[in-house]
Amino acid sequence: MISLYGVKISSRLLLGTALYPSPQIMADAVKASGTEIVTVSLRREGVQPGAGASFWRLVEGLGVKVLPNTAGCHTVKEAVTTAKMAREVFGTNWIKLELIADNDTLCPDVVALVEAARILSAEGFKVFPYCTEDLSVAERLLRAGCEVLMPWGAPIGTGLGLNNPYGLKAMRAHFDDVPLIIDAGLGAPSHAALAMEMGFDAVLLNTAVARAGDPELMANAFAKALEAGRLAFDAEPMLPNDMAAPSTPVLGKAVF
Amino acid sequence: MRVTILGAGVAGLTAATELVARGVDVEIVERGPAPGAQSCSWYAGGMLAPECEADLAEPIVVELGREALAWWQKYVPQLIKRNGSIVVSAGRDRNELKRFASRTNQHQMLDQEALLALEPDLGDRFSEALYFEHEAHMDPRAALVGLTEYLKERGALFHYGAMLEDVVPGDKIIDARGLAARDCLPQLRGVRGEMLVVKCDDVQLNRPVRLAHPRFPVYIVPRGEGHFMIGATQIESERQGGISAKSMVDLINAAYAVHPAFAEAEIIETGAELRPAFPDNLPRVNWVEDRLHVNGLFRHGYLLSPACARMAADILMRSNNKAEFMDEDHNQWATA
Repeated sequence: MISLYGVKISSRLLLGTALYPSPQIMADAVKASGTEIVTVSLRREGVQPGAGASFWRLVEGLGVKVLPNTAGCHTVKEAVTTAKMAREVFGTNWIKLELIADNDTLCPDVVALVEAARILSAEGFKVFPYCTEDLSVAERLLRAGCEVLMPWGAPIGTGLGLNNPYGLKAMRAHFDDVPLIIDAGLGAPSHAALAMEMGFDAVLLNTAVARAGDPELMANAFAKALEAGRLAFDAEPMLPNDMAAPSTPVLGKAVF
Repeated sequence: MRVTILGAGVAGLTAATELVARGVDVEIVERGPAPGAQSCSWYAGGMLAPECEADLAEPIVVELGREALAWWQKYVPQLIKRNGSIVVSAGRDRNELKRFASRTNQHQMLDQEALLALEPDLGDRFSEALYFEHEAHMDPRAALVGLTEYLKERGALFHYGAMLEDVVPGDKIIDARGLAARDCLPQLRGVRGEMLVVKCDDVQLNRPVRLAHPRFPVYIVPRGEGHFMIGATQIESERQGGISAKSMVDLINAAYAVHPAFAEAEIIETGAELRPAFPDNLPRVNWVEDRLHVNGLFRHGYLLSPACARMAADILMRSNNKAEFMDEDHNQWATA
């Protein structure tokens, strides 16, 4: 069980709603994943108010909590406007704050991110910032009012997994009481399992499921990997050794 | 039997043609002034490429889509270009081409030399490509006009600028109004698609070229005399109105990735329309009250309308009016 802004969540998977072959397949994948939170882009689908309404109603019909996002925003102003629109459309003050610096890597613009997080938090939003593993940026986001951080695994859509395990490990150790959700870049369930073994609270993904040959099956695979990884974390894995250590002693046996 | 068909887009005209070919009297009621810009069919790519669709669409789309080529060949033979389609990817998206190949059938991987032989202008830009030899394409606007002529020659009546209330309805009604039919089909939604037509004399392409792209399928279809149709975005939005700047940049960028000479192309036309789609993005042929609806053709108007027309005609010609091949509860197609 994790707590995000006071809301108790038992699934450690947050799922995106873009790029599926059809809304029906998206709904099947959401169900198979057991997720309790889906994220939906306002800007990408409907620039004008109401334009994406049909799709948004389908997302609401999934019966899970909706975390609107500001995907595609490049400036503080755009992100703040989109967040406000999302609050109207979905009736939630949760917002996944995405501010993109560069189109080739889709890496977060951390400077603008902190500024937008400050403005939105002051207006009562519960901000989920898509950030890097930079500790000083994370510190500033917390000071800006964020109570959850979402460091990237790898650039959006790449499927590369956890690109900087050292940095992520340091972040986990440094912010041991802040919910940390790995957001973006995961490609395979093993990446999600690793994130769990490292002690991250949840993962958010989209492309890895939506663009799988069978999204529903892949959603199920991620759910199982997350469960396995979290169980492993709770079970305190053994630490690796440099030398072989036989599980059965050979001393005293008649071995020649 | 006399059948009234609402809508002169590709769904309505194919259904009308199928019925007329079976000896049924039809009349077509179209709110627009002529075949054309009122319908999203006008902005289609006109590719008869069922195998390529397997990349993102469900197997039933491929299966039903395989009927399309023979159907169009029968009614508008002069428009069909049967020389296959090509799929390429930018070097950095090479895995997209691999994915495309693994999810589709009836293709061959071309090396640079083989690609040069088919499409000289691509051969020095791409070291490999997928070739779907048995696919075809046509000018979709000419196809709509062709069907209209075929129908008129056989006595079908057209009422343009008209609604159902303006005519005396026939014994049966087929509703093929696309998104306008959401008054009867509340599950329908609009999925915005945007396209461009450019003129570029510096590029020669003989067949449609798709760019395997991580976000949306982009294709370039040669339309003759240096004209190319570049399409199409797929946005979960029901915004009306012209192409957005971002979509224009995306489409032109894709064309530029295929050949840099497209940067100098003249933009002849832009278009944007809402495709009618059900939540599973699959079409439906079914009764709602007294009308047989043919709708939800999504990205696949020209590919799937022949199969839908055949089913609609089968249903109307049978005494049993139930749409036996649709399981509404599960939104599944049972095999017809």
